[in-house]
Amino acid sequence: MSATLTEAPKVEDLVTIEVDGRPLQARKGAMLIDVTDAEGIYIPRFCYHKKLSVAANCRMCLVEVERAPKPQPACATPVMEGMKVFTRSAKAVSGQQATMEFLLINHPLDCPICDQGGECELQDLALGYGSAVSQFTEGKRVVRDKNIGPLVQTDMTRCIHCTRCVRFGEEIAGLRELGATGRGEHVEIGTYVAQAMTSELSGNVIDLCPVGALTSKPYRYSARAWELRQSDTIAPHDCVGSNVHAHVKGQVVKRIVPRENEATNETWISDRDRFSYQGLGSPDRLLTPRIREAGQWRECDWETALNTAVAALQKSGSGLSALASPSSTCEEFFLLQRLVRGFGSQQIEHRLRQVDFSADSNEPLFPALGGSLAELERADAVIIVGGYPRHDQPLINHRVRKAALRGVPVIVIDTLAQDYNFELADRLTVAPSRLSAALGGLLRACADASGKPDPTAGQYAVDPATVEIAQRLQGCQRIHVLVGSRVHMDPQRGVLLGLLGALCALYPAQLSLLMEGANAAGAWLAGAVPHRGPAGRALATVETHPKPAASTYLLLGIEPSADCADPVAMRSALQRADCVVALTAYATPELDSLATLMLPIAAFAENEGSYLNGAGEWQAFGAAVKPPGVARAAWKVLRAIGAQCQLAGFDAVGCEEVARELHDACDTLAPMPAAYQLLPSTAEDVVGANTLERITQVPMYRVDALVRRAPALQQMPQAGDELVHVSPRTLERLGLADGARITVEVGEVKVATSVQMDAVVPDGCCLIYAATALAAGLPASVSVTLVAAGGRGD
Amino acid sequence: MQTSDSNLISAHARAVIDEWLAKYPAERKQSALLAALREVQHENHGFLTTELMDAVAAYIGLPRIAVYEVASFYSMFETKPVGHHSISVCTNISCMLRGGESMLEHVEKRLGIKVGESTPDGKFYLKLEEECLAACCGAPMMMVDHVYHENLTPEKVDEILGGLA
Repeated sequence: MSATLTEAPKVEDLVTIEVDGRPLQARKGAMLIDVTDAEGIYIPRFCYHKKLSVAANCRMCLVEVERAPKPQPACATPVMEGMKVFTRSAKAVSGQQATMEFLLINHPLDCPICDQGGECELQDLALGYGSAVSQFTEGKRVVRDKNIGPLVQTDMTRCIHCTRCVRFGEEIAGLRELGATGRGEHVEIGTYVAQAMTSELSGNVIDLCPVGALTSKPYRYSARAWELRQSDTIAPHDCVGSNVHAHVKGQVVKRIVPRENEATNETWISDRDRFSYQGLGSPDRLLTPRIREAGQWRECDWETALNTAVAALQKSGSGLSALASPSSTCEEFFLLQRLVRGFGSQQIEHRLRQVDFSADSNEPLFPALGGSLAELERADAVIIVGGYPRHDQPLINHRVRKAALRGVPVIVIDTLAQDYNFELADRLTVAPSRLSAALGGLLRACADASGKPDPTAGQYAVDPATVEIAQRLQGCQRIHVLVGSRVHMDPQRGVLLGLLGALCALYPAQLSLLMEGANAAGAWLAGAVPHRGPAGRALATVETHPKPAASTYLLLGIEPSADCADPVAMRSALQRADCVVALTAYATPELDSLATLMLPIAAFAENEGSYLNGAGEWQAFGAAVKPPGVARAAWKVLRAIGAQCQLAGFDAVGCEEVARELHDACDTLAPMPAAYQLLPSTAEDVVGANTLERITQVPMYRVDALVRRAPALQQMPQAGDELVHVSPRTLERLGLADGARITVEVGEVKVATSVQMDAVVPDGCCLIYAATALAAGLPASVSVTLVAAGGRGD
Repeated sequence: MQTSDSNLISAHARAVIDEWLAKYPAERKQSALLAALREVQHENHGFLTTELMDAVAAYIGLPRIAVYEVASFYSMFETKPVGHHSISVCTNISCMLRGGESMLEHVEKRLGIKVGESTPDGKFYLKLEEECLAACCGAPMMMVDHVYHENLTPEKVDEILGGLA
């Protein structure tokens, strides 16, 4: 049953049934198979799945029910008082065996070359219920395979038409891509017209498929189930912290599959979490330390590398600045900040795309949902502001979708009108410069509707749209306001959060901060921000903005151009520095030109440590495989550097010891909620006929170094593009045709590209994907100017 | 979500679809799909194209695949180009006993095509008959453009086919 919100049933709602002579208590109306599953009584099945609707089309779960004339499917038979069920009687077993015989009629005997072989539900059940000899002598049905994209491989002759994948598309992914076309013996599962699956959750059909019809394309033919070793780890891309198994052969991660955890990812994972492991085997992995001497890179041993790093850090002293990926582990953040602060510097940062730090002193202890993921489902209204959880945190979007399907209004206030896989109750799409006005207007409308004074004292105007939203929110008890990536990247972040904080205070609603990366929460708790130490300890005010130029940079797991708000400024700062020490899993051309020293570190499944997810849960994980070459877990590298620098607190023997220290520091913490203040808006109108406001989206498959190196994901549309997206009306106003060559200008910088018509973008604005070659060439800016290539230069 | 040109559907067909949509609750609009496809196929001279199915999906507001499923399931929908007039000659048990198979042979010879094919001029489509058409009392029989013709003789078949424009 997908409804996880059920409370303990009352006694009067219970019935007593008997299964195989065992008396059982069950909730009235529950399906038999749910009752027997809970009791550990096994009934075979193919089409039944606890997270999907009941289809009852495979008939494998037939059981005998007393006084019923025929065997009944356990997945579609509600329990009734006094019901007597026999799961292993002659009648039940003969029904199950007959079903199996039918299912095997058209199933090919290609188990030896089938990827599902050894972990196949059909194979397993055929062993228990199948006959050794087939009575079927006619020709078997053959179905042509479809190409449904780079992630899922089809072998449709093997399909037994359980329709789990079809139901998944409709019920979970919210995007019906697969269907059952044709009739009778000609039924085929597919997309009918050749097209790729595009859902961000599409890989889950691989797990759902009980046979080898839908298998993983990147994993295909690379290992057998029985050769794999299974290790537990945590997905490293978003604040959900999906629990996953790494399946390993030798020292190679062959695939990632979900590990069931109802509190985080349920039984699902996003395609990003599933296929990003491909980046582990990228040809540009850094295998040994490299050092630049007299402009020439050479490989060196760890001793030389560490000596060089230590010498550079000691020389820099308080001129040291550290930039860490927001998906670093808590232990890495903790040791990194200790190292930086050990040298008397406060310059440590993981918020690499943030440009406005005016709310620094008002931030909560750590940015998170402020509750569990399941609480999102129980919301009675959800407002998504400035972000696209569907791509940024797919499984948070999934929870919101579940609420929406219950009829909960979901309201989106954003600068892009992106597609949601559920109905929105309301949507306000405004240019970035109008976002504060929209939120201010909503705040005022909500204050009016609830009979409270407007916290901004009428500074913002209301309009019919905001009044309508305010009316919708009236009487709601559990409002969740999800603050997405575009708010955090906004130059007015502090203003926007001030307004949102005041809005939440009206009801009160839950302000949930959805941050970039897997461990922004852990970064804050570990002290990876300039103004707070571990466990939220406030530090003496430091000059954080503008940052003082550092003489030495320590980079942890980042690609400067792709991961920072201002790639141009970042590169220039690194170029001017005396020394850049990069702890990196990849030897990129960019680091070749900017770094002085590259230290190879473990990535994803090679690493150990812990993440703090958006629900505030610590999730520790061990290494599933050894890092390649002489690469080491980053916490060990940091420990070695710290110890060699004679700094205190770098003597932890195991990773858990680092964590324990951090846990101890966090154990006795008082709650520290966000205290955002209302700030005056400084948004300015953009001037210039060809000048457009700039909107950013980090493409789902370009969020970090690992996923950028997963070839299968890079073939997906969610990997973004190198184009400037403009609304049809604005294109017309600019006199540009869709696809026209243009030059994008930001100040003195000019980059050539093309325009792409995109109705998602509001008029007068353009969307440029972050972490692309195009974005890497442009300085941070609120606007860009488009000039037709070879044309007008006004 | 999916952009498709529902303009492919004529004003008349839209009116017919709207009429059917009005019969069902808003959340059950899929119920109008059969009628919509029937009308659109009729206006397109007897078959559906992917573009037309996409247009119906866009007009009613259904996922495209839901339309493909229905169109490919029912034998009265053609999803590949076929001749204008649809002819099904019954060869099921009663008709077979009464000469249905020779009627089929006669039609095949007259039109110069095999069952399942259309004439090159696009005028006739000799449809693969799926099941008994439930007119055993008048066997042998055939259905031409949804009209039943019973107690067939070769002459009668010629007359019926000859009378089609």
